[in-house]
Order: sequence, then C-alpha cells, then structure tokens
Amino acid sequence: MHASLRYLTPLAILAVIAVGSLGGDENSSPIRAYVGAHIIPVTAPEIPDGVLLVEGETITAVGKRGEVAIPKGAKVIDLKGKFLFPGLVCTHSHVGKVQGGDGSSPIQPGVRVLDSIDVLDSTLEKARAGGITMANLMSGSGHLLSGQTAYLKLRDGVTVEELALRNKDGSMAGGIKMANGTNSIKGSGGSPGTRGKSAALVREQFIKAQQYRDKIAAGGDDPPDRDLAMEALVDVLEGRKVVHHHTHRHDDIITVLRLKKEFGFKVVLHHVSEAWKVADEIAESGVSCSIIYLDSPGGKLEARDLEWKNGAELEKRGVLTAFHTDDPINDSRWFLRSAGLAVRSGMSRQKALEAVTIAGAEMMDQAEHTGSLTVGKKADFLILNGDPLSVYTRVLETHVEGNKVFDLDDPGDRLWAEGGFGAGHRRLASGCCFYK
Amino acid sequence: MKIYPLVASLLFHCITTASAQIAVQADTLYTMTGDLKPLRNGVVLCSKDGKIERVGPLGEVNIPEGYRLLKAAVATPGFIDAHTTVGLSGILNLDRHDQEQLETSAPIQPELRAVDAYNGRDPLVQWIRELGITTIHTGHAPGALVAGQTMILKTNVPAITDPEKNTLRPFAMVASTLGSGGFGRGGKSPGTRAKSLAMLREHLLKAQRHLKKRAEAKEDEKPEPNLRLDAMAAVLEGQTPLLVTAKRHQDIAAALRLQREFDFPLILDGASEAYLLLEEIKAAKVPVIIHPTMARPYGENENITFTLAAKLHAAGIPFAFQSGYEAYVPKTRVVHFEAALSVAYGLPHEVALAGCTSAAAEILGMGNRIGSLQTGLEADIALFDGDPLETVTHCTGVIIDGKVVSKETK
Repeated sequence: MHASLRYLTPLAILAVIAVGSLGGDENSSPIRAYVGAHIIPVTAPEIPDGVLLVEGETITAVGKRGEVAIPKGAKVIDLKGKFLFPGLVCTHSHVGKVQGGDGSSPIQPGVRVLDSIDVLDSTLEKARAGGITMANLMSGSGHLLSGQTAYLKLRDGVTVEELALRNKDGSMAGGIKMANGTNSIKGSGGSPGTRGKSAALVREQFIKAQQYRDKIAAGGDDPPDRDLAMEALVDVLEGRKVVHHHTHRHDDIITVLRLKKEFGFKVVLHHVSEAWKVADEIAESGVSCSIIYLDSPGGKLEARDLEWKNGAELEKRGVLTAFHTDDPINDSRWFLRSAGLAVRSGMSRQKALEAVTIAGAEMMDQAEHTGSLTVGKKADFLILNGDPLSVYTRVLETHVEGNKVFDLDDPGDRLWAEGGFGAGHRRLASGCCFYK
Repeated sequence: MKIYPLVASLLFHCITTASAQIAVQADTLYTMTGDLKPLRNGVVLCSKDGKIERVGPLGEVNIPEGYRLLKAAVATPGFIDAHTTVGLSGILNLDRHDQEQLETSAPIQPELRAVDAYNGRDPLVQWIRELGITTIHTGHAPGALVAGQTMILKTNVPAITDPEKNTLRPFAMVASTLGSGGFGRGGKSPGTRAKSLAMLREHLLKAQRHLKKRAEAKEDEKPEPNLRLDAMAAVLEGQTPLLVTAKRHQDIAAALRLQREFDFPLILDGASEAYLLLEEIKAAKVPVIIHPTMARPYGENENITFTLAAKLHAAGIPFAFQSGYEAYVPKTRVVHFEAALSVAYGLPHEVALAGCTSAAAEILGMGNRIGSLQTGLEADIALFDGDPLETVTHCTGVIIDGKVVSKETK
C-alpha cells in the first residue's frame, strides 16, 4: 500500500502516528476479527456468514458466526455483504521488470532473476491491486533455460530480499525456467534451429550436471571448482528446484515428459495450449499443469489450437492444475477472469477456485503456509465485493501475512487498481502530484 | 464444448422445416430501445426476408403456427464490434500469409480497400460469431499515418464477391493513426508528431484541390480518377468519417484541431487519455470508440484507465466498445468481454450492452439497420443462458438476417 516509512517525510510520519493512535488502521491491532463475510476458504466448504480471525500474521480461526469465539480486545471489522477469499497465487508472472539470461547462450542456469527485479515497479502494485499475494517471477521463453525463478510474497517492501520466500536452509526459493518449441528456436548465436537440437542441448547439460554431482559425491582430493550453472542443475536433479517448463504443442509437451523421465526432475508444464490433445499422457506422467486462458486462440502458430476446455480435460483426469497471468500477457488485475473462463468451459467451480490459489501454492511448494484460509496459515487474503467468478467483482483489499498491502479506498492504491494519469510510473513516494 | 442444447430444444419445439421463420422467446429480452430496460418474457418474430417482424412481451406478441421457436434465458441484438481487424489479421499471425491489416510501404494510403483484404473464412471470424457478434467494423489497422479503408459487414460473409451486397458499407471510414503508432518504419517519415500533422494537412489540402477541380470541370473534362485523392475527398465531402487512432492527450487534441480546420466527420479511436479532454471532445460532438478495457497499459497506453467508459458516459459523450487490433496473443479480443469489465468500473450494465449494440450502431451510422430489436430492422439476435456480460455465461445460438448461423454452446 504505502511506500516504506523511509520514503515519508518526518511530517508525514507524525501524521501516520497520529492516525494510528486513533485506531484508524485495523492492522495496528494485533488481533482482528473479520465478521459477516461470505468466506471461501477453498480447501473447506464455503461459509455464508463467517468469521476470520487473524493474530499478527497468522490465521487463528475460520468458522461460522457464533461458532468462533472473538477474543476480548480484538478489533472487529464488519464485512457484511463482502467475500473473503485467499490471496491469489500466480505461478507464472513477468512483473517487476524481471530479466533472465542474455543473448550469449541458450542455457543459463547460473542466472538468477532475483538479481534483476525492480520491486518498486508499478506492475507489482498492480498485481497487489489484482489480489495477487504470491507469484513465481520468471524470465522469458526465448531460451531453453533462461534462469532461476524467484518465488515472492508481495509484501510491502523496497528490496527483493524483503519479498523473497526462503527455503528451509535459508536460500532464496524459486525454480528453473525452461522452454521448448518455437520461442527458444532461433538458429543463431548458439541457439538451436530445430526441436531435435533443442532437446540434445538440454540433455547434454543435464548429463554434465549428473557428472558434476557424482564427482562431488565421490569426494577425493580434487573436488571440482564451484560451477554456478551446474549447482543449479544439480538442485533440479535432486528435486530442490522445480522446473517450470514453457511448452505449447502436443509433441513439445511429450518431449518435456520424456526428459523428465530420463533425468527424474520435478516439472510443472506451463501454458500447455494443446494439453487437451495429450491429457491422458500428462495425467499418466504425474506432472502438474499451469495453464493460461486467452480470449481467443492464435497469435502464434503454437497457440492456434489452444482451447478453453484444457482446464476441464485436466480436471477429469485428476491432474493438479493451476492458472497463471503470464503478466503482461494477461494483466494481473484480470486474473480472476481465468477462473470464470474455466468454469464457462466445463471446469468445476471448486477446481477453478483452487487453480488460482492452493494449486499454485502446491506447485511452488508453499501450500504449507498459504493458498487457503486455514488455521495456522499466513493471513494472505482478499476482501472482495462479490463472488470471485463474477466479472463485476472488485478486489477491495489485499492482505499479505496480516498486512494490508492494497486498499481500494486509498487514492494512491486506487490509481494502481483502475489506471489513470501516472499509473504507468514506478511506485510513487508519498504526497506525489499524481494522486487525484 | 460440443453440446447442443439448442438442437435438442429445436427438435422439441420445432415441427416445421429448417427454413421456417424464426421466433425467439427469452425470459429477459434486451431490445436496446427506449430506456434500455429489458422486456420480461419477450418475443421476437423474424420475417421471411430476414427482418424483425414484431417485438414485444409474450401475450402481446403471440408465436404464430409454423414458426421455429428458439428459447433462451436472455436474448440481445447481435453484438457489434465497433472496431476490429478480424478477417484481415488472421489467426496464424504470419506475415505475407494472413496479416493484411497494415501496409507500410507508404505513410498515406487511403486507397487500400478493406473489401480487397478480407478473409471471412479465417477461424477468428467464426470464433467471434459463435460468441454472439454479428456485425464488425473491420479493415486496415492502426499503425500508419493513413493506413487505408475500413468496412462494415456481418460475420456470416465468407467472401466478398459483391461489395455492395455482401457488406453493410464497403467503404466505411479512413483509418489514420496519430502519435508514435503512426510513425514511419525504418527511418521513413513521419518521425515526429509535428511532421505527422504537416503531412496529413498537406494531403487534405491536395484532396481539397482535387475536389475543387472536379467540381469546376466541364462535363467532358472530368479529372482523371485518383484513387488516393478520391478516398480522402470522400472524407472531406462528409461521406466517410476519418477514424483517428489517438492515445495521448496531445494527439487527441491534434485530431480535434485538424477537424476544425478541414471540417470532416471525425471519430476518435482508442483515446486512452480522453478523460483529460472531456469538455473539448464533447464540444466538438465527436464520438469515441474506446480502447479495449483490457488493453495493455504500456507505451502510449500507460495512462489508460478502466473507468474511461464510465467517464465518457457521465460526460454525455457517445462511445462504443471495440476489440481493436492485437499483434500477438490473444489474436483477437472479444468486444462484449471488454464491455463487461467497464461495468465493474462504474458503467451501468445496460449502457455497457448499448456500447456493443445500439450505441455502436449509431456511431457506425447503422442505427436504422442493426443494433436494436425493432420492427423493420435486420433480424440479428444472440441467445444466452444468463447475463450476456458475465464470463461464465454461454452464448447458445446466433441469428443473422433471420437465419441461425451458430448452434454452438460457447
């Protein structure tokens, strides 16, 4: 919502303190009870008149009104007529001016997108305004392997470290971005010119990584020098990093499954325009899919046969399925439309709502702490003014770990939500002229 | 999805042959007339020649024997996309194969006709038809100072063998782009905004001289036909509007300035920053075909707002929705999906519907033929199983000129 305090003038800080002492911001109270909303926990049945209890950054109770005890001293927020929904999880986003590998080679596992992200970019504010609380920020599909992705919570922060999720060992959480098919076939500068060559280049690197790993495991007096690229690929081989694989055409999808079998890595198929043609094979392989909804097929040969029924066909076969924005392809603020299109084309309401929340969290190995309104999970949630599948529904507030990071009533935030003069700029310091 | 509830209902309700006249009965019927409020349990009867015979609530209008009855939860006039490039910018997105929307060899080419570039069999035409869109204003795209002509036609026309018969208007507008979108490629002029206007003014002056010469010539001395100047002369004569794509406020202002100087019918297209010039646009009595609500907020569109439709409506400026031109994916947008989102951002529901039916027809100069359900107008009707603007609603059938053109549930 606001720039961090270091952006504010001393006078503004005084103003914030004054407002805070009047109790104007419910987040200043350690215990908040959101009462009366239609709650959609996603992993539990919907509650038409419910209570969500938040203590600090954690959800401590979810239930029917009257059945949840509201602690003394809790700040009660009346949400009659509103909806409470988990924060949205986008498994594939390019917000924050994210960059990956350069033009020097088609496979660059040592490159971390984390080192490129502009967390003050307006696209992150727009994502918050769209209700996205966690995203997998990825580099593009112009490489066979363009870099290590970054899993971010869209907390209010000014450094990427403040937003980055961490693995249990303290390292930054993320996967690996890979691609096959047309985008990564360039035929120059070391890039492949055919699909066969694409797979050969990938295979070659994974075999090298196996050798690197084995050499280290064998110990001895002459261990290999640290190799950042090989380290990242070993993380993939050992299952510590998930491969997020851009792939559209049925034969390219099958090639990913073949490589997965050969090297045993964990993979999420992304976009998967022709999933409906090889849905049985996808189901049999046990991989999950992060799919995209576009308002029409075409625009590139590989998306000619894209069908809205992908979600329904994958659901029928029990494939774990999430959706993504691919922002800027679909702006983050329209993410819930994907669930609407999925239901329109035969997916169940339940699975479509999972696909924008918990399913993505599972693919990013974060379901333990986010992706649903569940006791013990982080308080990542949205206040909506209607049902999440309705095109008329607006995000009123976005909360990440108990902090309000977007509030439609805040004039600055409204600019990110609706656009207008100045909305293309970087995040603005307080008091800027663009707020009208 | 290939399920056919409409077919089932046809078998159930229909005892006559497929060529029978059609009657539509809808729980909610948007005629898009008067106060725009829908009729409950409304009926539309189609005549043998594809016109609307009668409209009204059931009881006031009865369904005669022998009519083929189609039932729906909701029916509207067939949707109108007030500006698209579908049929020219094909699904495959392959240059020299199916991308006919822009020719960059010269900056000013109003002689390029949409009728010579249209492929009615492109899958995207079918795509939008099955979603309920029955009329499109399509043709040369934004991207050149003067890109070429546009036309208005229905989405059931596979090929244009006779422009007059196959289209509603074969030469609808001349498409012009101001701002960086209209700059020349590869260092060619125009390279600045000032140069764009200088070139355009020069061309309009030429067309003025051409008109004068034509008017003053004796019967046996008519000037040679000049395709380029003839097309622009049609604009100056008021027969054909100039459709000016302008995103930045200074480009919108330039279009209004040009119109004051040369006095031609102007329609603003895109108009991302129109909210900064509401009074000026209103005073000039210029309608706006607004950018898709979901247009990407980059480059000259960085200042777009999802509230533009609501702001134009509040200011009393006539506007319509469009799918626009898309260079990548999705290869086309869907006009009523764009209209729907503007409702979430302050536009009344029925006004959003008007923006892709009656109001769109008015701006295209077609209000006496399409865009509303009134006796005597062409029988273009779309059927739905719910609110036509909701994402989860299906289009269950489409009728053009009184004939069923889609039975898909999509």
